[in-house]
Amino acid sequence: MKFRTRSIHVGNERDPETGAVVPPIHVASTYVQHQAGEWREFDYGRSGNPTRKALERTIASLEGGTHALAFASGMAATHGATMLLESGDHMVAGADIYGGTYRLLHKILSRSNVGITLANSRDLEELERAITPQTKLLWLESPGNPLMSITDLAACVEIAKRHKLLTAVDNTFATPVLTRPLELGVDIVMHSATKYLGGHSDVLGGVLVVNDDELFDRLYFTQNATGAVLGPFDSFLVSRGLKTLELRVREQCRTAEKIAAFLDADARIGRVLYPGLPGHPGHDIARRQMCGGFGAMLSFEVAGDFETAKRVVQSTKLFQLAVSLGAVESLIEQPASMSHASYDAADRAKHGIADGLIRISVGLEDADDLIADLDQAFDR
Amino acid sequence: MQKSTTLPPAPKKTRGESTLAVHAGEDRQKLGDSITDPIICAATFTFENTQAVVDFIEQKQPREEYGRYGNPGEKVIERKLAELENGEHALLYSSGMAAIVGLLMTKLSAGDEVVFFDECYHRSREFCTKHLSRFGVVTRQVKACDYEAMEAAVNDRTKLLVSESPTNPHLSIVDLDRFAEIGRRTGVETLIDATLATPYNVRPLDHGVDYVLHSATKYLAGHNDVLAGALIGDHEKLAPVRALRGVMGAVNSAHNIYLLERGLKTFGIRMQRQNENGQAVAEFLDGHSRVERVYYPGLESHSYHEIARQTMRGYGGLVTFLVKDADWRETGRIVDSVKIPRIAPSLGGVESLIEQPLVMSYYECSPEDRRQFGIPDNMIRMSCGIEDKEDLIADLQQALDA
Ligand SMILES: Cc1ncc(COP(=O)(O)O)c(C=O)c1O
Ligand SMILES: Cc1ncc(COP(=O)(O)O)c(C=O)c1O
Repeated sequence: MKFRTRSIHVGNERDPETGAVVPPIHVASTYVQHQAGEWREFDYGRSGNPTRKALERTIASLEGGTHALAFASGMAATHGATMLLESGDHMVAGADIYGGTYRLLHKILSRSNVGITLANSRDLEELERAITPQTKLLWLESPGNPLMSITDLAACVEIAKRHKLLTAVDNTFATPVLTRPLELGVDIVMHSATKYLGGHSDVLGGVLVVNDDELFDRLYFTQNATGAVLGPFDSFLVSRGLKTLELRVREQCRTAEKIAAFLDADARIGRVLYPGLPGHPGHDIARRQMCGGFGAMLSFEVAGDFETAKRVVQSTKLFQLAVSLGAVESLIEQPASMSHASYDAADRAKHGIADGLIRISVGLEDADDLIADLDQAFDR
Repeated sequence: MQKSTTLPPAPKKTRGESTLAVHAGEDRQKLGDSITDPIICAATFTFENTQAVVDFIEQKQPREEYGRYGNPGEKVIERKLAELENGEHALLYSSGMAAIVGLLMTKLSAGDEVVFFDECYHRSREFCTKHLSRFGVVTRQVKACDYEAMEAAVNDRTKLLVSESPTNPHLSIVDLDRFAEIGRRTGVETLIDATLATPYNVRPLDHGVDYVLHSATKYLAGHNDVLAGALIGDHEKLAPVRALRGVMGAVNSAHNIYLLERGLKTFGIRMQRQNENGQAVAEFLDGHSRVERVYYPGLESHSYHEIARQTMRGYGGLVTFLVKDADWRETGRIVDSVKIPRIAPSLGGVESLIEQPLVMSYYECSPEDRRQFGIPDNMIRMSCGIEDKEDLIADLQQALDA
């Protein structure tokens, strides 16, 4: 079965007891056992829940994995993966990982005496140089935020394999519609399901996907022991969201391409950062690595300063001023004052985050309506 | 009573369907600054003091009062549906049947008559012939799309003309201009059940029809996990219908309302895909040697293709077909052999469904009744979901070739 058909049917088999086309939402925290000491498939809600399990099966199928685990948020999933590391271990992460991941690695994981080195994952030599004999994990994100930098995942996997590292990829921006890292040799895929997987701005969730039984057992053990599981209602909402995932992402990519072309041709706009534009430094890798679309996130610089960008993000009528991304509603934000405000100005400059930079998450609205909205905001 | 024959100008739509589906009817700045509307479960709504109650009763202050009369989430959906249908006002119900019953009970009293085109959802027919008849309302059924017969059936007791378009399961397409014109000429109000069309494919109000009905359970909610119904039309004409809903109580629940709103966000892309899948599956079946006949408005061979082509943007996900030289058991074997569509009543959701009307809806009817309703033993109705069309076609192929 093809991707979209699986997103609708795998994990959503006819309920054997009632025939319900949509599997029931099982809210039970505990399950009655038939005999003492003989555990049935489900025993206690933290260890497993049928609704969560259904979601895990769907997402595993979509990522081409054998197992998935659903967590209470993307950060809980990332934390679950990093708990594979022990005191004395070291990990290497791409330099433009999500800010929350940066905080987790440097403020939480570092307390367990795990060493962390950030390296530019687009520079394979720099990346390899950061690896030490203690390195156990390589953490990557592509496209990277907010410059939409593209990392060559297959090339990074080759380096990681040479050094016997596990590779994990935060696939939130690309989604399994466009990129399936496990097929490229990556060991762990992570998602903030809050974004495209849920897709409707109404769930916080995270997932890890693997295709190795032993690795799954270790991750499952940690999840069960630490408890950051996704609740049944949210599991249901993510499952429901997955059914339209491919339609949403493909449509959002098409609209993003149109918006990028509009911005690129507009004299009021400076740089446009979208991997679908031939001038983007990651364009060639993206063509290979992302199938049939370049994502629905893009950034651009308005001519002028901090105040100009601020005025633009406050003047749109369809795009709403908010962080987060990946949903049906289009969002707009100014990284310098919002998503990346915690960096100091010098650090922002180092990462290429200008004061005039604006990031948009393209939703499901008609492309013409979104372009008209940006157009009027630039004239304010 | 003779009504004017001039149509009011339809309000111009300013945004694309997808934009409307995502944003229409919603406040831009919502409660608690949430990006999504909250689920407001309240059965009742509190007043600050006695004066606030008085202001509300004297209609100085529009607000909620008690859950049976309305809910803030319901208002959002009603505005969204009204905008999508290019109508003034919408009224949400707990199911499609509750919506049609709500309208019929408001508009018809003892001695009144209603005229139906005879191809219709069997429960709508049943409500009229078995229940409305108990209250002295006469139902006249005329052959679908026979406009002369419909007009001839109108007399001075007639209060409502009703049809589906497309009809279920034959997918006949009503000439909405002509249908509305009969209503205007005879001074009788008109209702179109546009469940199978959806506002993506046709907007009956633009053709001068008075009321549009939806089983929102189907394409509008779209995920086979909500029951809901809606009526859309003029504010003034729907005011008594709303009042009766408050008395009869068939309101939807706050949780359902949220799922409906969430489902509507992807309405545009789902419909686009279901139109494509319906057309592709119909064309495949049309070319298959085991298929005797395909009912799909997008096929040139369909009796109503021309009017469909002129008035509809797409033809939906429902495809009905007859299996060549098959009795009902043999037909059932094909239904049993498909692997992707589930055997179930209903339609319009993301997952494909399949059924044999004889078994699913007309099993207890006499053969004469089935002949009259046009339900042969070898008929299969498939509701195409949004799966990949290649998968659906391959699945039907293996089932037909088995
Ligand atoms: C790329 C990326 N990874 C991880 C996260 C964290 O996910 P969550 O907010 O679900 O914890 C986010 C979200 O903000 C993100 O954008
Ligand atoms: C055309 C049509 N109208 C009305 C209904 C009744 O709607 P509901 O099932 O939501 O009550 C249905 C559904 O079964 C239908 O197919």
